[in-house]
Amino acid sequence: MTSAIEIINLNHSYGSRAVLQDLAFTVSSGDFFIIIGPNGSGKTTLMRAMAGILKISQGQLNILGRPLFEYKRKKFARMVALVPQGLPVDFPFTVTECVLMGRAPYNRALGIENAQDHAIAQQAMQFTEVDHLATRKLHQLSGGEQQRVFIARAICQQPQILLLDEPTASLDLAHQVRIMDLMERLKTEKGVTVVMVSHDINLAAMYADQLLLLRDGQVVRMGAPHQILDFKTLEETYGCKLLVDSSPLGDLPRVTLVPRKYLNNR
Amino acid sequence: MKQGQSHIVSRIVTVSLLLSIALAASILLGLSFGPTGSVSQTLAVIFQKQDMNPMHHTIIWQIRLPRVLLAILVGATLSVGGLVFQALLRNPLAEPYILGISGGSAIGAIIGIMLGMSRFPGVSFTAFLGSLASLALILVMTTGHTILKKEALLLSGVMVNAFCSAVILFLISLAHDSRLHNILFWLMGDLSTANGPQVAILAAMLVPCFVLIFWFSHSMNLLLMGKEMAQTMGVNIKTVTIVLLVTASFMISATVSYCGLLGFIGLVMPHLLRLLFGSDHRVLVPACAIGGGAFLAICDLLARTLPQQGEMPPGVITALIGAPLFIYLLKRSGR
Repeated sequence: MTSAIEIINLNHSYGSRAVLQDLAFTVSSGDFFIIIGPNGSGKTTLMRAMAGILKISQGQLNILGRPLFEYKRKKFARMVALVPQGLPVDFPFTVTECVLMGRAPYNRALGIENAQDHAIAQQAMQFTEVDHLATRKLHQLSGGEQQRVFIARAICQQPQILLLDEPTASLDLAHQVRIMDLMERLKTEKGVTVVMVSHDINLAAMYADQLLLLRDGQVVRMGAPHQILDFKTLEETYGCKLLVDSSPLGDLPRVTLVPRKYLNNR
Repeated sequence: MKQGQSHIVSRIVTVSLLLSIALAASILLGLSFGPTGSVSQTLAVIFQKQDMNPMHHTIIWQIRLPRVLLAILVGATLSVGGLVFQALLRNPLAEPYILGISGGSAIGAIIGIMLGMSRFPGVSFTAFLGSLASLALILVMTTGHTILKKEALLLSGVMVNAFCSAVILFLISLAHDSRLHNILFWLMGDLSTANGPQVAILAAMLVPCFVLIFWFSHSMNLLLMGKEMAQTMGVNIKTVTIVLLVTASFMISATVSYCGLLGFIGLVMPHLLRLLFGSDHRVLVPACAIGGGAFLAICDLLARTLPQQGEMPPGVITALIGAPLFIYLLKRSGR
């Protein structure tokens, strides 16, 4: 299996504060790869580095076998797309306008879209099930719908690697599953490598091929969910009491928080 | 489905043509009304009919035409400038003067007026120097990476404006008699000094700016999706930000230096046209240029024909018409 992303001794600091320290890992092509870890562990910084919008202080980052800095801006945008945290809806673009923007890396002067671009946008909107909202304005949609629009925009870039920073945060249960299922389909049907930052360990455990547990900018563990999600590792990483048992769905770890009032009974 | 499906090129052309009709009408009206003349006489002069009166000929071509063209250029510049700043700062309340260009050029103009300079090129030159100084100040204050932080840019502009206001009031308190009157007229915006060659110079400075901004209009769309998303879609946000900031500031400086601080139009036109034609900047840049020009030409026509004696500042009319129109459209769109 070839590697989609290869990270070798990556270091990054904001001023004197080191946020990523000697990171080294590989994301295999076609994997659903989820990064978990406590707040401030460097997840978003790592995401920004992989998206090429953060100039790393030290180390090497290879995307699809080539160093990231060797790519031209637009060429890179055809390989890697990002759905960042906190989405902009201040200006009333329509859903179609927003999704079509994903064609920017392929467009000529003025970003004029041709019939093919419209067809690709249409497919992307069907894929994330927002095609019925095509003429609606972004700010009129619910949080879950907006997130699906921004994912459609990213799919429109036809990337081989899709990066998502906490796409399920602040969404209800139905939307969480819907977004995760979409990513699963994107992986299996289109062979896209999906790399996601998530705070929801249980959700991550159900979907990830590989999990990366990050703490203080360092890799705690990496591997398949059942290999790395044991209560000792998690308690040490997150600094709180946890229970880990098996999910009723099968051979999957399930993490349960233990509130203080239950601690004595344990 | 029709808005989303229709091809962008045909939308640009349709909107531009539609507004061009309004622009042509505003030119015709602007040429026709004044102390003398009517629409039919103007048409006779334009189409070189036999019965034309030489005096009408002079009034229309040498007095009214430069003024109408100036109003169009200024309206276009301020509208496009407002649009650019709203996109760059990702703030719907942004307007052309938000970064302090107005303050700097006002100080320059007031100093020029107090030194007894002529309106052109003297005062225009000092005003232009003043606006460039405030732009330089902003760029220095936000050097390096902070230029990409809209809050830093915005706050720097607010501070520059506040400082300039203090200097302006200080200078006004020193001025008296006719110079005070000249200063106040300049501060309210004044199109009455239009003359053919000067307007041509202004046009030569502004038209390349319009073209450059139109060239970056799709990048403005992408910028509004947020810095990060824009970057991952292949936009060199630093280059785009600097080019747009400097180009827009330059064209605003040039117009403001020539005809003072015309207010409101730069804030309201982009919103008005956004409500009518959507948020795509490839449509909005030409729409602001053409529509903004037509709007100010009409406002200026009213400003010079409504009062029994003399003129009122066109800024009065832009707000009197623009604000209610804007509120009506806002209500109608149901935002």
